[in-house]
Amino acid sequence: MDGNQISRWDELIRPGMVHGSLYSDEAIFKEEMEKIWFTTWVYIGHESEVPEKNDFVTKSLGPMPVLMVRDSNGKIQLLLNRCPHRGNAVCVQEQGNRARFTCPYHSWTFSNTGDLINYAFPEGYEGVDKSKLGLGKVARVASYRGFVFGSMAAEGPTLEEHLGGAIRTIDQLCDNSPTGEIEINAGYLKHRTRANWKFILENECDGYHPAFVHSSIFSVSSSAIGDLYGDKAVAVTRAFGNGHTEVDPRPEFRRRDAPMSWFGTTSERLPEYTKQMNEAYGDRRAREIMIDGTPHVMIFPNLFIAEIQLFVIQPISVNESIQHSTAIQFKGAPDINRRLRQQTMGSVGPAGFLLADDTEMYERNQRGLEIREPEYLFLKRGEHRERRDEDGYLIGHSTDDLPSREIWKHYRSMMEAT
Amino acid sequence: MTTDIQENEGPDILKEWVGKGRVYEKTFNPELYHEVQQFIFREARLQDIHDYDAWEALWTDNALYWVPANGTDTDPERQMSLIYDNRSRIALRIRQLKTGRRHSQTPPSQLARVISNFEFLTSSNDDIKVMCNVQIFETNLRGDTMWAARNEYTLRRIDGVLKMAYKKVVLINNNKAIYTLSFLV
Ligand code: FES
Ligand SMILES: [Fe+2]
Repeated sequence: MDGNQISRWDELIRPGMVHGSLYSDEAIFKEEMEKIWFTTWVYIGHESEVPEKNDFVTKSLGPMPVLMVRDSNGKIQLLLNRCPHRGNAVCVQEQGNRARFTCPYHSWTFSNTGDLINYAFPEGYEGVDKSKLGLGKVARVASYRGFVFGSMAAEGPTLEEHLGGAIRTIDQLCDNSPTGEIEINAGYLKHRTRANWKFILENECDGYHPAFVHSSIFSVSSSAIGDLYGDKAVAVTRAFGNGHTEVDPRPEFRRRDAPMSWFGTTSERLPEYTKQMNEAYGDRRAREIMIDGTPHVMIFPNLFIAEIQLFVIQPISVNESIQHSTAIQFKGAPDINRRLRQQTMGSVGPAGFLLADDTEMYERNQRGLEIREPEYLFLKRGEHRERRDEDGYLIGHSTDDLPSREIWKHYRSMMEAT
Repeated sequence: MTTDIQENEGPDILKEWVGKGRVYEKTFNPELYHEVQQFIFREARLQDIHDYDAWEALWTDNALYWVPANGTDTDPERQMSLIYDNRSRIALRIRQLKTGRRHSQTPPSQLARVISNFEFLTSSNDDIKVMCNVQIFETNLRGDTMWAARNEYTLRRIDGVLKMAYKKVVLINNNKAIYTLSFLV
């Protein structure tokens, strides 16, 4: 490209300002699918959702459904549910257990490793190489501590390179389980949202809105979340690069120095869990873990770990998305798991005390963009107080637009790549 | 020969959706039918007009309000539900709505619901168990939405007055992605 010419992206994404069409232009949405969703590592599901051999569950990669399978060898496969013959679905069940998938149209049968085993009336296929007619697959599959990601790009950074500093947050989450493992086994709420996926993405580490959007629930319950996002809060926002962002309330929890304060309770009220944690990690380390609590991290582009909940953001079209949400469960810790579920059910999903109102905001934002002026969204809050932490990551006040700015920086680098 | 249960559950493949093990009452008590229907019509009206206090007063002290997800007879103690409120959480839901800052209900949804297909279930004690179907038309800032559900109630007579001890709302599309549902369903 001509070096003097101002690129389209210079126009659309200015320092601290982004153009409204980025959320509403169908051509840009299509481009995002190719350059982001079908390129980068996308979170698919958790290994615990397919605990047994031959288990499968329907997940998604962007708007595209994906079968996450534990194959007959125990290996996780991400298969594309499109019959290589004429495109029919080889499986219409959401989940189940089966070693083979048979297409109902002409009865081609596939193993759960994706290979074509046989087709009906095989005399008609003389000289055809079956090995070339298997199910499509997500090009690369990798997992980290049970979190399964897929990338449609055959080559590119490894999953660990992609996660970078955000690995700490996944470790932090898993360490809160006395077995070091989390489980996803309570099923998902699916919240249809008439808004572009990036409004959801940017909101997840937006610490500016809770005091207003969630004031209704904060004012009638004893929730302590509100304190984390006040003007006086000592929590920080952090950008790990690669579009990953977090709100890190650990400074606040360390100041309080009280185990389980992050969860609005005390060790005494969770004696069994506390005992398990002490046994697993030793009293000192267990205490540290139970003070810090679980992370609040948005792993670009679609995995949001919100302390005790897991959200998967799915883009459907330029102005339609689905938020999939569920409770995180600590493997082998029944003492705390019921509370994790109960609290999650109260907060998230279409009827949730929190998410119904977040989602109302996304939808109003989306409609707002149909109004022509001003053309740009203003994301400069806290630009003057950005700084680097000891690891070199950019941090800001918990109410700053730093996460949005850093998401857009990464977004631009992906969209500009050729 | 079909038993009552087979007749009511339909084929195996549907059990996830219509539920299991419900036994419908064969005797008919016109007075009770009328009374229960009037009670549920009133409940519907209080929901439609957002009369939160009057609606809350319909509940017993140990009530359960349940809107499952991903099926009919899921285990709410293991699986995520859209709503799984005990009495104190019902009260919290109402308090939130009454702040006037529950944004997804500000302005409130405009609603009209139609309730039909009342059938009693057999009950082994004094509780009254009744099923009905409901369709709800909602319009709000986003647009128009149609909801449909099978409702199951346990009603209890306390000091001569009917109260709701249990209300289960099984949205027909509860395995699909659904829009925000923040009015009282
Ligand atoms: S489309 Fe699948 S076998 Fe023909
Ligand atoms: Fe929020």
